[in-house]
Amino acid sequence: MARRRLDLTFPPRQATKPITYHLVKDFDLTPNILRAQIQPGQEGRMLVEVVGPREAIDAGVAFLEKEGVDVHPAASDICLDEDECVTCGLCTAVCKPGALTLDSESKALVFDKDKCVYCEACVVACPRRAITLTF
Amino acid sequence: MAKSWEEINARIASGDAVVLTAEEFAGLAAEDGVKAAAKKVDVVTTGTFGPMCSSGVFLNFGHSDPPIKMQTITLNDVPASGGLAAVDTYLGVTEPSLVKGIEYGGAHVIEDLLRGRAVRLKSTGPGTDCYPRTEIDTWVRLEDLNQAYFFNPRNAYQNYAVAANTGDQLIYTYLGPLLPRLGNATFCSAGALSPLLNDPTYRTIGVGTRCFVAGAAGYVAWEGTQHNPNQNRDENGVPTAPSGTIAVMADLKKASPEFFSAATFTNYGVSSFVGIGIPIPVLDEDIAATLALTDADLTATVIDYGVARRSRPALGQVTYAQLRSGSIEIEGKTVPTGPISSLPTARKVAAEVKRWVAEERFTLAPPLEQLPQPGTQAFKPLEIRSEEAI
Ligand code: SF4
Ligand code: SF4
Repeated sequence: MARRRLDLTFPPRQATKPITYHLVKDFDLTPNILRAQIQPGQEGRMLVEVVGPREAIDAGVAFLEKEGVDVHPAASDICLDEDECVTCGLCTAVCKPGALTLDSESKALVFDKDKCVYCEACVVACPRRAITLTF
Repeated sequence: MAKSWEEINARIASGDAVVLTAEEFAGLAAEDGVKAAAKKVDVVTTGTFGPMCSSGVFLNFGHSDPPIKMQTITLNDVPASGGLAAVDTYLGVTEPSLVKGIEYGGAHVIEDLLRGRAVRLKSTGPGTDCYPRTEIDTWVRLEDLNQAYFFNPRNAYQNYAVAANTGDQLIYTYLGPLLPRLGNATFCSAGALSPLLNDPTYRTIGVGTRCFVAGAAGYVAWEGTQHNPNQNRDENGVPTAPSGTIAVMADLKKASPEFFSAATFTNYGVSSFVGIGIPIPVLDEDIAATLALTDADLTATVIDYGVARRSRPALGQVTYAQLRSGSIEIEGKTVPTGPISSLPTARKVAAEVKRWVAEERFTLAPPLEQLPQPGTQAFKPLEIRSEEAI
């Protein structure tokens, strides 16, 4: 079994197609949608983790590309440089899954990596550029 | 029981002064009452560490041989002012790099200097009889400069707006990214530790006040730009929206990168986190009452940054205790909050100023001149008009 994180960009008209249904039914993959931003008539984005045999993942990716979906490998790790961090807390204001929070007493930054969905919101927000994603 | 500046300074000089941070003082006042706390404590220290865009440094490079009258000046490709004498300049923190844009700016140059790094100085001049050189390309370190000092025209804002966005688009602001449809709210004040919130009517903070600027001992030089003493105030006389400001000066060579950090706000620009701390003498029970206020007593106004106009609509008022709890209510919706100014570093600043006063016998200076007081000065907008219309 292989596991791969994919960053999918859907062209506007493709957005509502039941892509994940096909990944399950036709390729026997288990997709886990980490984050999706899909609105009718607009370009959509989905962060998905797929689990299945390597060949099946490759075939699934080929199918997505044929359907006009832009497929990129998504970040596999996120790194917080504590020397650069000034504990301002701004990243916590954009981290929806609650991976970045402030300790209720000390207000120090607490990073729970397990909750991270690699959405990059904190990377863009951090005024110290202290958070980076690796692929 | 009132105490004079002289009495308090005498106790500092003899090492007997009782000094607490504003948070510690509020704790003591809650236990023993304001009256007893006022009697017991001589000095209360404050601190803040947030992005302050109106900051920068004056630098003097000394003269090369042959000398040059510097007209265009860049430091690590960040333009500095050529509008002063031959080898003087002012570098503002928000100035973006000609090469890297807002990812590196004036603030980053200052941080590099503070960290002891060499910075590339390039300049051109007109070539005059007394300054014949027309170009220079060299490297300088902080220790090589004759003078290097902060002159920050507007620091330590007394209170600030809470930013939210009712629009349908994510927007990038100087208060960080604001998610659409009230997806988040950001705020930028040290609250109960903030210098000017502890002295709401500028009784003890004025021109000549000795203070902490980015780790160095400096001075309040003047009222800050946009100083507005006439903001709405609550029943304690504390402003509920951005109001008073101070201009500060301090020696860059004595500052520390622990208390000055460059910042880039995506799709907005460069800024710098500056640590400012002010010791406040506990002269009487009146000032003790405001020193004892906590985050639960201090209010900020939520502003809709989704409206890109000078007058943005207010969405309500919240306390700093609510803001620090992680979420607030706006228009019936629970909105997650996040700060932009660092409370851990603000606490470090207040603790450091406490150490200065208690251990290094850092005495206090009464204002040589007061900051403009409530009722004395209007805050004017900029009108767009033609020469004929004026
Ligand atoms: S990438 Fe950053 S903002 Fe997004 S979930 Fe992970 S920690 Fe939170
Ligand atoms: S936004 Fe950056 S500097 Fe601020 S707390 Fe988060 S990681 Fe640290």
